[in-house]
Amino acid sequence: MKNRGLLFYAFAYLAFLYVPVLVLPVFSFNDSEFIAFPLSGFTTRWYAGLAADSAMQHALGNSLKVGMVTALLATLLGLTAAKAVTRYRLRGAGAALGFISLPLFIPDIVLGLSLLLLLGAARLPLSLAAVVLGHLLVCVPFALTVLIARFEGFDKALEEASADLGEDGWMTFWRVTFPLMLPGIAASLLLTFITSFDEFLVAYFLSGTEATLPVYIWGQLRFPERLPMVLALGALILTGSVALVVLAEYVRNLGVRKPMVGA
Amino acid sequence: MAEKGRNTGEGYVLLAPALVVMGLALAAPLLLMAVTSLKDQSGIGFARGWTLDQYALVLGRASYRLLFARSVLISAVVTLVTVALAYPLAYFVAFHARHKFIWLVALTIPFWTSYLLRVFAWKIILGYGGVINSGLMRLHLIDQPLSFLLYNPFAVVVTLAHAWAAFAILPIYVSLEKIDRSLLEAASDLGDGALRRFARITLPLSLPGVIGAAILIFVPTTGDFVTPELVGGTQGTMIANIIEAQFNGVGNWPLGAALSLVSMAMVAVIAGLFVAAARAAARAAR
Repeated sequence: MKNRGLLFYAFAYLAFLYVPVLVLPVFSFNDSEFIAFPLSGFTTRWYAGLAADSAMQHALGNSLKVGMVTALLATLLGLTAAKAVTRYRLRGAGAALGFISLPLFIPDIVLGLSLLLLLGAARLPLSLAAVVLGHLLVCVPFALTVLIARFEGFDKALEEASADLGEDGWMTFWRVTFPLMLPGIAASLLLTFITSFDEFLVAYFLSGTEATLPVYIWGQLRFPERLPMVLALGALILTGSVALVVLAEYVRNLGVRKPMVGA
Repeated sequence: MAEKGRNTGEGYVLLAPALVVMGLALAAPLLLMAVTSLKDQSGIGFARGWTLDQYALVLGRASYRLLFARSVLISAVVTLVTVALAYPLAYFVAFHARHKFIWLVALTIPFWTSYLLRVFAWKIILGYGGVINSGLMRLHLIDQPLSFLLYNPFAVVVTLAHAWAAFAILPIYVSLEKIDRSLLEAASDLGDGALRRFARITLPLSLPGVIGAAILIFVPTTGDFVTPELVGGTQGTMIANIIEAQFNGVGNWPLGAALSLVSMAMVAVIAGLFVAAARAAARAAR
């Protein structure tokens, strides 16, 4: 009896999660500027409008650039830091970890504004590079968490064996550590890319004239006649993200099936 | 055996890049923010000399105190609602769901679209001419659109409870999943009923997940800007909206810096007290 109640609750909760998200695709095909019932026929003109919107495409390009650079740098920084705290006995490692994780406990608005002050003081212009720096703050703690878990998940003896068999540190890294870390690296890249791609507030303060996609969307929300197009864009982002996650899951499974790669 | 304590120098070299970047992007800017908060705005620059005027203003003015109180209250309600709604669900997935992985994927997919648009979707749903009102009018259940749905703290709570649901579901699920099932069997064998078993075993052992979820939700929602801006109206304005105004419209950077630091400190103190209280409660329960 209790189980049936819980199952019912779970489906009700699922509906609560999905209904707002489904508003995006449903009204993106609705042939009316007004987002209200009744639906008034099927159209793809909002998608056609997106295809012709060069400002949106420029913002999309900016977001992809920022997301990829942020993901690479955050994962690289996370990788070295995670190796340092899991493979060496360092004094102050706990404090360093705490410091790197600090942005998780600071509201984004404070992170963005304090960087805005720094740029002002250093007389540096607002730019996508500044956005990347801000996104690193948000993303490095995530990358570090994912990568530390992965470092702790495999046997240190494999690295030690490689060293004992005469490989130097660099070759050990490429032939043992890196292949074993690959699933963690992929997860970190994906998580940090999506976090950066979706981040609004820090980019809002730091992007200046080069809007990222969320900053562009924010600007569009003021114009009621542009809303259906924004919804179409949201539906596309949802589709793209889901595809990316499915792909990542597929790649992760490949990694699991062949655990001996390179070892 | 090059590693394990012998080459600690190498370890510090590996740790350095992350520390340098975080120092540059976190410590230096926050220090600068503290310095700025001790200044006075004068035209587009700062006046010379140092002052505590901004802090006197932030702590002294009733409207700011109201705003801090409201932000904390809204966030606390959001945290409570989100965790309370997520717990039964996480419990279901951990103990009763047949296809756990599919449930977890299904529960996270809604979070893979833009945060901005998830929040905005609620504005469309709750709005005067929005989805709920137009739907209910179409069904002739109401004659006039309901105006109490949007632009108030209620709308902020609903929207944030939706936007942050995954941050409650996943930590609670993980802590429930980790519970050793033999403990539950032992409790049953020793005569505990389902409710008593839940209160004595399951709930206390899942508290780390609950506490983690509460912190993960409370800290960022107190400083949320997008949701109050889009669905809060004047009654739902929160601290981040006022901070943003100091840096964009009105233009008083020192005041904005002081507001930022005070809200940051406030959130840290409340979160710290909460964790301490929850740990004490968990110890007392055992």
